[in-house]
Amino acid sequence: MSCDEKVDCGRRRLIVATATVGGVAGVAAAVPFLASFAPSERAKSAGAPVEVDISKLAPGQMMTVEWRGKPVWIIHRTKEMLDGIAKVSDKMADPKSERNMQPDYAKNEFRSIKPEYLVAVGICTHLGCSPTDKFKTGAESGIDPEWTGGFLCPCHGSTFDLAGRVYKSKPAPDNLEVPPHMYVGDAKLIIGEDKKGA
Amino acid sequence: MASNADKFKSDGSMLGGLLEWVDARFPATALWNEHLAKYYAPKNFNFWYFFGSLALLVLVNQIVTGIFLTMHFKPDASLNASGVPVAFASVEYIMRDVPLGWIIRYMHSTGASAFFIVVYLHMFRGMLYGSYRKPRELIWIFGVLIFLCLMAEAFFGYLLPWGQMSYWGAQVIVNLFSAIPLIGPDLSVFIRGDFVVGDATLNRFFSFHVIAVPFALAGLVAAHIIALHEVGSNNPDGVEIKKKKDANGIPLDGIPFHPYYTVKDIVGVVVFLMFFAVIVFFMPEGGGYFLEFNNFFPADPLKTPPHIAPVWYFTPYYSILRANTVNFFWLDAKLWGVIFMGLGVMVFFLLPWLDRSPVKSIRYRGPIYKSALAIFVVCFFILGYLGMLAPTPGRTLVSQICTIIYFAFFFLMPIYTKLDKCQPEPDRVTFK
Repeated sequence: MSCDEKVDCGRRRLIVATATVGGVAGVAAAVPFLASFAPSERAKSAGAPVEVDISKLAPGQMMTVEWRGKPVWIIHRTKEMLDGIAKVSDKMADPKSERNMQPDYAKNEFRSIKPEYLVAVGICTHLGCSPTDKFKTGAESGIDPEWTGGFLCPCHGSTFDLAGRVYKSKPAPDNLEVPPHMYVGDAKLIIGEDKKGA
Repeated sequence: MASNADKFKSDGSMLGGLLEWVDARFPATALWNEHLAKYYAPKNFNFWYFFGSLALLVLVNQIVTGIFLTMHFKPDASLNASGVPVAFASVEYIMRDVPLGWIIRYMHSTGASAFFIVVYLHMFRGMLYGSYRKPRELIWIFGVLIFLCLMAEAFFGYLLPWGQMSYWGAQVIVNLFSAIPLIGPDLSVFIRGDFVVGDATLNRFFSFHVIAVPFALAGLVAAHIIALHEVGSNNPDGVEIKKKKDANGIPLDGIPFHPYYTVKDIVGVVVFLMFFAVIVFFMPEGGGYFLEFNNFFPADPLKTPPHIAPVWYFTPYYSILRANTVNFFWLDAKLWGVIFMGLGVMVFFLLPWLDRSPVKSIRYRGPIYKSALAIFVVCFFILGYLGMLAPTPGRTLVSQICTIIYFAFFFLMPIYTKLDKCQPEPDRVTFK
C-alpha cells in the first residue's frame, strides 16, 4: 500500500482492517450453508440392523435384503461353488482379503463366518452399481470358458467371484464389502451388528 | 454507454412523452440501440449463425415449461400408499392427469436434448470461424461456463423423475468424486447428503435444478451477450468489420441487428420449431435417446438395470471416462478416468490460446487444420456412439484411440496451426 501525503494513512489502515474483518465474516457466513450439506442426524441414525431368516434359503440360492439403503446379498454356497472359489484365487486382485473390506472374522478364504453363507454388500467398489449374479459356470455363463460362478457389474464390466473377490485388471479396485453381521442360532442372521459391537 | 444522443426526444404525443420520461430515469432507448437497433452485425452471417438465438429460445422454453412442471412435481423419494416413490408418481401424474401436462413435460425433456444439439452446433460454429480468437476470448470463456452449467443442469434434472436411470446414473456420477484421494469418500457423502443416493439427494438436486443453476445460467448468458456486443460479432470470413468504417463510424460491412437479423432469426426459429414439434408430438422419447426406456421404471436401490448409459449428450465424455483402464503412476485408473473426463470439458477454456493460426476462419486455413477439425468431429461422434454401448475389449481400444486423438487435437494445436499453409484473409467480408 502506497502512503503518500494526500492519503490519510490512519483512515486507510482502518479501511483495510474493516474490509478484512468483513471478508472473514463473509467467509464464516458460508459455514452454516456448507454444514447443512452433510448427512442430517436422521440420515445418520437410519442405520438400524436388519434381521434375516435364512432357513428357507436353499443351497445355490441367493437373497437380497436392504440395509442402510444398500442391497445386501446372502448366498448359500454349495460344495461346487466353494471349490470354484479356491480354484480362481490366482486371478484375484486381493486373493487373501488383505485390504480392509471386511470385519476380521470374515478375513479368511471364503470371506465369511460360515463357509456356506456369504454375506456381502451388493455394491460394486468401482462406481456403485449393483452387480448381476452369474451363477452359471463355464462357457454357458457368456463371460469366460473357465468361469466358476460369480458376479458381473453391468456398468463397467468388473467381475467378482462367489466370495465377492474382484478379478485382476478390472475397473473395481477392491473386493465387495462384507458388512458387520452375526448369527443368532442357526437360521437367523443379523446384519449391521456383530458381537464385538454389541 | 448511455449518451445524450440515445435519449428519446418527445414529438409531443402521449407515448413519446412517456418514453422521454422513462429515458430520463432509465436507459431504455440506449439499451435498445446498443443491443439491437444500432448493434451492427456483419452482413455475411450464414446458416451457422442461427444457433445462438436458438439457444436463447430453448433456454426460455426450459424456464417456462420448468416453472409449470414445478407446480405439480414433488421431490420426494418416500413410497406412497401403492409403494411407488412419490417423485416418480408425480411425474406420471403430470403425464396422465394434469390437463395437457404431457405436452409440457415432453417440451421440457425434448428441450434438454435440443439444448445440447443447438449448443454443440453453436460451439462448432465458433471452431469453424475462429470466433474464440482475440478479442473474443471472454465471450468464449463465458460460453464454456454456460456449457458447464448446462451439463450440471441436465445431470441434476435427470435425477428428478426418480426412475432407474435417474437413480443409477446419479449413483455412478456422484461416486466419481469418491475417486479423489483423501477427501473423495467424504466428499461424495457430502454431495449426496446421505450414505446412499436418497431423499436428501433428490431434494438438493431439485433445488440446484430449479434455482441455483438457472440463476447462474441467466447471469452467464447476460455476460456472454454483453461481452459479444462490446467487441462485435465475428463472421464466416473471420475479419474485423470494425476496421472499415464509414463517415458516421458505422462498419461498412455491418447491418443493424434489428430489424435485419431479428427477422432472419425468426426464419430459423420457425424451422427449428417444426422439427421440435415433430419430436414432441410423434417421438418424444427420441427412440430411447432423449428419454431412456429404463427410466420408466421407478428407482430400485437394490437392482441396477442390466445396461446403463448416460443420455446421448454426455456419452462422448462417458467414453473418455471408461477409456482409462490402466493404473498410472501412483493413481488408479478410476481417478485417471475422472481427470480425463474433466479435462475433456475444461480444455475448451484453453482454445483461444492454443490456436496460433494467422487467420481465424476455416475458409482461409490450410489443409492441416481442416483435416484436424474433421478428424476431431469424427472422433467425437465415435466416442459418443461407444458411450451408449456396453464396453468390450475392442470397443475400449477404439475409444482409447479416439480419446488420444481428442486431446491431441487440442494440445498439438499450437504446433500444427503454425505449420499450416493459410491463404490470405480478404480486406472485407465476402458477400454475394
